[in-house]
Amino acid sequence: MADTTREPILEVRNLVKHFPLTQGIVFRRQVGAVRAVDDISFTLYPGETLGIVGESGCGKSTVAKLLMNLERATAGEIFYKGEDISKLSGRALKAVRRNIQMVFQDPYTSLNPRMTVGDIIGEPFDIHPEAAPKGDKQARVRELLDVVGLNPEYINRYPHQFSGGQRQRIGIARGLALNPEIIICDEPVSALDVSVQAQVINLMEKLQDEFGLSYLFIAHDLSIVRHISDRVGVMYLGKMVEIGSDAAIYDHPTHPYTQALLSAVPLPDPDAREGRERIILTGDVPSPANPPSGCRFRTRCWKAQDRCAEELPLLAVPQRYADADTAVAHDSACHFAEEKPQVTHA
Amino acid sequence: MPDQNLTGTRSTAPVAEVAQAEAGPPPGKPRSLWSDAWSDLRRKPSFLIAAAMILVLIVIAAFPGLFTSASPRDADLSGAFLRSPELTKFFSPEWFGYDSQGRSVYARVIYGTRASIVIGVSVTVIVLFVGSLVGMIAGYFGGWVDAVVSRIVDTFMGIPFLLGAMVILVSFDVRGKLVITLALAVLGWTTIARVMRGSVISVKQADYVQAARSLGAGTWRILLRHVLPNAMAPVIVVAMVALGGYISAEATLSYLGIGLADPAMSWGSDINTGKDQIRVALHVLIFPSIMLSGTILAFLMMGDAVRDALDPKLR
Repeated sequence: MADTTREPILEVRNLVKHFPLTQGIVFRRQVGAVRAVDDISFTLYPGETLGIVGESGCGKSTVAKLLMNLERATAGEIFYKGEDISKLSGRALKAVRRNIQMVFQDPYTSLNPRMTVGDIIGEPFDIHPEAAPKGDKQARVRELLDVVGLNPEYINRYPHQFSGGQRQRIGIARGLALNPEIIICDEPVSALDVSVQAQVINLMEKLQDEFGLSYLFIAHDLSIVRHISDRVGVMYLGKMVEIGSDAAIYDHPTHPYTQALLSAVPLPDPDAREGRERIILTGDVPSPANPPSGCRFRTRCWKAQDRCAEELPLLAVPQRYADADTAVAHDSACHFAEEKPQVTHA
Repeated sequence: MPDQNLTGTRSTAPVAEVAQAEAGPPPGKPRSLWSDAWSDLRRKPSFLIAAAMILVLIVIAAFPGLFTSASPRDADLSGAFLRSPELTKFFSPEWFGYDSQGRSVYARVIYGTRASIVIGVSVTVIVLFVGSLVGMIAGYFGGWVDAVVSRIVDTFMGIPFLLGAMVILVSFDVRGKLVITLALAVLGWTTIARVMRGSVISVKQADYVQAARSLGAGTWRILLRHVLPNAMAPVIVVAMVALGGYISAEATLSYLGIGLADPAMSWGSDINTGKDQIRVALHVLIFPSIMLSGTILAFLMMGDAVRDALDPKLR
């Protein structure tokens, strides 16, 4: 379980990523920017799983790429154990990469089809010779295959000989090879069948207990995120709109967007369905190249008032619940944050 | 769900069982795209015919003396001037008749093979190497590197292939195989560079390249281990088809008199010799032409078959 009294292992402060939109072929000029990630802050504690949810295009995957330094942040800082890693390069960046690894969304494209499983899982050791096992590299690769529940005899096979779930296990084994402290999972199960999803999620939980990993778990499936996460952050159009413990987000959501999302989760129990109010949002997600003023969600929000267009709501504990001692007192970026009990499950 | 026990137990054994039950890969030899392609090709008649023809041509080019006892330069003007072919005398010097200088057409066809094959293969090798390197650099690094390289490629592409080769060759006094090879390579590398650039651009976006970057892999490791092996297939196909084109270009230049010329032997220059007696002695023209067309056809068929085998959309 998360130990929030300790120092955070990863701290993100005011992270911004704008992708420039250019025009012209010979003389390029910037005509605007897609604000994929706009001023996001959160922390990750050792041994914790932070889930990040949000619909397609809200900037979840960009956050993952920024944390992995696959994209350079436009502004903001990423602190790993107190050191800002967002501006590192060369040797220093390579050293940090040993400790932060990633599991990719699509197991069909994240493994090089021309390499054997042994080469794929062993590649981290070739890149970081100082982290390679002293003796037999093959033995370590076999051990990793065993850890993720694959037959070590598969070491000489190629990725296309495996099913989706098995491939994702290979991807996880590659991520584990360097003994990282943080694993960033960018929708690690959304490309898998439902039955296989559970196996992979359970494997990830087991590995977390075994190696004390911290996960940043990005997904759009609310039930899976609830299952694996200690804390959950909800993103909308490049902004974090609500963040808190999983009980706070799932049982006491105060942001209207979170409430709308949760009201759309299918419920297996018909009686519970009866008493629930479904919030149907109208309209589309606005373009991140030209987001609405003030609150980003105001164009689709049933609570929107003039104030929402003028003033950007800050991500903080709402005034109304400032003295509350329950899970309802968590950060929510809404001027009119309020619980709406009839939308949550159960 | 059978996997509920996963969280409860520390032992990895049950996990392994579940994972294997999840449709394990069939036992047997490891298969890759190339081995899949190979097993596909082995069952294709067009590939087998083309491969056999190319094999024979390579043996002829390497050891022409095995196929004929006659010398292609022995001229018996008084005895054999434009003598007609004796089509039943297989592999004898008289088989394809004699040309206007009394030389055995069969011997000349055999000895002319080497020029075509050597020039075709060496141009392809040079073009593959240079084009792949340039295309890979442009595609992978992008930005201004790509802009500069692509404009250079566009400039070369703007030069008509044969016209350009003629202009280059005319400026040389002695035109041997090396000069012709270099002239064709200088004009030919752009096709490969373009294909490679496009292929690299599509491969470098792949998640496995991102995964290698996130592991901290250096540029060369990414290029050589991840990008190049996955970007190679379309380039190989284009190169195989182009090989036939280079052979035909060499013959065209030799026919026009600015490629290989006597005493060097080439089907193109023999066709040129034959065209003057076309009404009285068609055989002088027809046999080198058949060999030339057959050779080009073999390489085109090979390229076609390999493309079908490597094209993932047909799988």
